[in-house]
Amino acid sequence: MAMAARIIDVHKHYVLKGGITVRALRGVSIDFPEGDFVAIMGTSGSGKSTLLNLLGCLDRATTGQYILAGQDVSQLDDDELSDIRSRYLGFIFQSYNLIAQLTVVENIELPLSYQGNVSREARQRCLDMAEMVGLGERLDHRPFQLSGGQQQRVAIARALVNNPRVILADEPTGNLDSATGEEIMQMLEALNAAGKTIIMVTHEPDIAARAHRTLRMRDGLLEQHSPDAAIT
Amino acid sequence: MADPADRVAADRKFPTAFTRSAKGFGAWLFSGEGSGLGSKVWQTLRLGLKSLLLHKLRSGLAILGILIGVTAVIWLVAMGEGVSYQAQQQIKDLGANNIIIRSTKPPADAMRGGGFVIAYGLLRDDYERIVENVPTLTQVVPMREITREARYVDNVTDVQLVGCTAKYREMNNLHMARGRFLTDQDMAEGVNVCVLGDQTAKTLFPYQDPIGEFVQIEDAFYVVVGQTQNRTASAGIGGSMAAKDYNSDIYIPLSTLRARIGDLVITSRAGSREGEQVELSQITVTVRDLEQVDQTADIIRTLLEKFHPVTDYAIVVPKELLRQAQVLQMMFNLLLVLIAGIALLVGGIGIMNIMLATVTERTREIGIRRALGAKQRDIVSQFLSETIVLSATGGLLGVFLGFLCRPAIVGTRAVMTQIFPDVMSSLPPNIRQLEPRLAAWSIIAAFMISVGVGVLFGLYPARRAARMDPIEALRHE
Repeated sequence: MAMAARIIDVHKHYVLKGGITVRALRGVSIDFPEGDFVAIMGTSGSGKSTLLNLLGCLDRATTGQYILAGQDVSQLDDDELSDIRSRYLGFIFQSYNLIAQLTVVENIELPLSYQGNVSREARQRCLDMAEMVGLGERLDHRPFQLSGGQQQRVAIARALVNNPRVILADEPTGNLDSATGEEIMQMLEALNAAGKTIIMVTHEPDIAARAHRTLRMRDGLLEQHSPDAAIT
Repeated sequence: MADPADRVAADRKFPTAFTRSAKGFGAWLFSGEGSGLGSKVWQTLRLGLKSLLLHKLRSGLAILGILIGVTAVIWLVAMGEGVSYQAQQQIKDLGANNIIIRSTKPPADAMRGGGFVIAYGLLRDDYERIVENVPTLTQVVPMREITREARYVDNVTDVQLVGCTAKYREMNNLHMARGRFLTDQDMAEGVNVCVLGDQTAKTLFPYQDPIGEFVQIEDAFYVVVGQTQNRTASAGIGGSMAAKDYNSDIYIPLSTLRARIGDLVITSRAGSREGEQVELSQITVTVRDLEQVDQTADIIRTLLEKFHPVTDYAIVVPKELLRQAQVLQMMFNLLLVLIAGIALLVGGIGIMNIMLATVTERTREIGIRRALGAKQRDIVSQFLSETIVLSATGGLLGVFLGFLCRPAIVGTRAVMTQIFPDVMSSLPPNIRQLEPRLAAWSIIAAFMISVGVGVLFGLYPARRAARMDPIEALRHE
């Protein structure tokens, strides 16, 4: 099966100001086949946020490899990583993270505009995405004029607009009431059913249960598995 | 599975992702991929404007700082140019090709002659010597002036009695209002004719044409043959040349003045009498070629030194004065630019301050943009464009206000004259008549500097924003 992403024996160390080294990841290897829907769980400090940041190309591993869309991206520089983010990754955050001064459609446009793509087709794709998440009537609204659920749907549209290889969702329902959260989860499931690879961090077991499989992190390692073993 | 066509397209794009980063900033800036040249620049600027409009007061104050700086540059330079234009114009009136030699009274202990009469100044022999020995001249005009009382029937006024030749009119840009000026024939015959200055004519002949009438000066009568037009006074230059008010003059032939009045002037003072003997008050020479002015002045200086053991004359070279005035103006302008530069610097610091606050406030936005694929230079250009929008707006408004300099000053003067006529009339004419002159270079320079200030002071906050760790920035509350 084709892999959307693979990480191979990834370590991440932080050196704090006092000179203390924190080993946030201590050898993690995971394969994410295309069309996967994975939930990552773990207590605070378990390394799940660090893992998500690495998967999101927001950070680089101290050692180990990260292969995304057939490319080893673990040694790329800041500009190249930015480009990878805008082309191959979609982010959904707990607090939506829409830009307040931009309208719905302008928010959705951002990943494409950072690719340098401001064509009419790009604009049309943004409109399609807004339509798809049910906000086709609110293109010129500002985030503060939308409910939490609507904002998260804009975020989903924004995460999809660049047709990413992997969608990274960090507690996507964490700020929503359960009914709205359910709506968002159904949307993610529909996307996964359409073939999208989704990696989701959550601490809610019932949300995690909606994924195909659940990985648990503990002390910088994947639980239930030896550090070098890959999940297939 | 995702749409296979999309996937293929994505794969095809992949290599370009890496070559793009190697391109220069400029190439990126103008690579309006998709919808035409410069659309990215325009979009960035539009976005900057939008963010600035979120904080209208804050942006307005930042703009004000630059606006004041730019307006200050333009106004100060315009006034400086106005003052020096006035000065240079007055010097030019003296004639750049002219050299003016004037009699000056030497210090009391170094005088010729004995008793109560002191003799000093230029001699008729000096005139002859200059005419004979200096080859580069086109004309030499001698002149003698004395203050006298002129009378017509019951009208009496103090006038400047000027004995001169026919060429005096042309040399001093005097124009006739009525009649004619003195002629060479008047000079040769030493006849009693006179030409009245504008003010003199109006005082002595308020209700009638003076031509053909007789004006009495001392015990002689002079027939009026002409009247000059009003002429603005020339500048007083240094100590050697008093301002000359041509309007209260009466011109008579030099030969007539010598015959009727003579060289000796006796003035009575409390208990004592004092006599001054002066042959010529001034000799004005015109040099044929502008390049020969300095050289000719040197020749005349050497010539006069030989016959005047005491320096009882002064040589004024308008061309030299003009040069000095121009140097002075340049230094003055430099000073103004320096002062205005400080104003702009302060404006720039204001902008930087606000941008630093903005960057801190928008840390999370920076994190979001970075996560969505913004490169560091995208963030730099975003914040830099905001500062440029700020400073360029300030610059444009400043230029606009700069254009209002002249109406503002003229208007203020009119109002001040209405409210405080005494104060205004006591001001020196240089200030009363000041006409600001907008200098094109100052407008362009001020605007360019304001944008430069925006770039310079925006760069640090922008780089600071760009170098934030995206993870930290995303976590920022």
